[in-house]
Amino acid sequence: MQSEQAQHVVQAASPGGRSGRWQQRVAQVLPPFALLSALVAAWELIVWRLALPAWLLPPPSRILTTLMNNLPVLGEHIAATLSVTAPGFGLALIGGFALGVLIDASPFLRRAVYPLLVTSQTIPIVAIAPLLVVGFGFGMLPKVLVVALVTFFPIVVNTADGLQAADRDQRRLLEAMGASYWQLLRLLRLPAALPSIFTGIKVAVTYSIIGAVLAEWIGASAGLGVYIARSLRAFRTDQVFVAALVTSLLTIGLFAFVTVLERWIISWRDES
Amino acid sequence: MVMLDVREISKTFRTPDGPVTVIDQLAIHAEAGEFVAIIGPSGSGKSTLFNIIAGLETPDAGAVLIDSVDVTGRRGQVAYMPQRDALLPWRSIIDNAVLATIVQRGDVAAARREARALLHDFGLAGWGDARPAMLSGGMRQRAALLRTVLWHRPIMLLDEPFGALDALTRAQLQQWLLGLWDRLDRTILLVTHDIDEALLLADRVYVLTPRPAQVALELTVDLPRPRSYSVVAEPAFAHLKLRLQQVLMMNEADPQGALLRQRG
Repeated sequence: MQSEQAQHVVQAASPGGRSGRWQQRVAQVLPPFALLSALVAAWELIVWRLALPAWLLPPPSRILTTLMNNLPVLGEHIAATLSVTAPGFGLALIGGFALGVLIDASPFLRRAVYPLLVTSQTIPIVAIAPLLVVGFGFGMLPKVLVVALVTFFPIVVNTADGLQAADRDQRRLLEAMGASYWQLLRLLRLPAALPSIFTGIKVAVTYSIIGAVLAEWIGASAGLGVYIARSLRAFRTDQVFVAALVTSLLTIGLFAFVTVLERWIISWRDES
Repeated sequence: MVMLDVREISKTFRTPDGPVTVIDQLAIHAEAGEFVAIIGPSGSGKSTLFNIIAGLETPDAGAVLIDSVDVTGRRGQVAYMPQRDALLPWRSIIDNAVLATIVQRGDVAAARREARALLHDFGLAGWGDARPAMLSGGMRQRAALLRTVLWHRPIMLLDEPFGALDALTRAQLQQWLLGLWDRLDRTILLVTHDIDEALLLADRVYVLTPRPAQVALELTVDLPRPRSYSVVAEPAFAHLKLRLQQVLMMNEADPQGALLRQRG
């Protein structure tokens, strides 16, 4: 659901293209945009009509004003959250990719590691995160590790799967040329795996900011997670909504960035 | 002079339904500069034969000799073109053409220059920097042939190179391949289903039996060269075609062969 919406946003945001394609994009963006507007309007109306107190459910207009008023403070928290997200996701990207390549290379590793990987995803991160804080203190490390933990799995799996996706004839051709394992990997299997790897990255990136916010919520001095925790204690429900909105927008922005990067790198797919 | 000598090779695969002998004491050869075609029913082990010559598989018995040197199970000794063009979609035509040089750590810059110089000959002038997806089926096939030629091996294995093309494009490419072979002075081994194609192009034709593959007939095509497509209208051509067809039909009538052919 979330990724589908983001896809529309990306398509609408990318420049260029002929007028026909633009019309198509507008037609794609219009229905979700109209529905969203209607829902927001209904929300506003219901809040006013029932005269709900702001700590229970603030109207969208109030959330927007709060957002505008708190922008400088929010900026600092966003910066803190991103400074946790970036190294955490980077760690997941490098580690996940390396593990994917290793799993692909060794049937033994595949059998040994795969079940553990899947099991690791069934353990609730809310249980792990406090343990990490206890173990590694209140510095950056436990938060970076939480982000890495929630994002590395799709990267590992999609890398390992993608490396098996290379065309059989192309593989036989390179083997007939006498290609070594590394040549086969570099010339054929990695490029062929890129679409799958990017799918993994796109799934992972949607979890990354949420992971950072969760980690901050459990123990930090700055970041959107801290902002949410403080706002909850102060019954500032409007600020909680602002934080949710910002988290969502940041995630969509990251997703859009990865999608643009994907199109740029896997350019050969658009040429047929 | 014998360039390629395939000596009495046999190959049996283990399958869930028991062992299947795909090739049984098959012996073929090709002289230097000769054009040899191999015809056989589908599933008769032609691909396995090519895999063995290309070093992708090792035979259970027998040997493959190139220029009197035993190369059984060694890769990179012959240039090989698989059934589909197998062009890498992320590389340009030139980058695809020099792939063998890259893999074998040769002089890539020189190979690139050579590829550029040959583009015109291969009907690909102006397409060197295009990606394969931009090309038509016939052009892709020529690009794959360019890659095979730039492999720089005296022997080229072509596995049904024109199988997927429409009749007109196929006829044009056959004619073009004849001219190319004339200029190149390479030994070509061509697998095909098409009797006309085999007779039009080859000096000699092997007809294989259904599994397990053996030579059912070896036929010298004594039609004059240079040949053009009009050769199909000559009585000598019709006579050779009839003989090939008779042997192939006899194979088809073999019930055991028909059963084994199901496996493709």
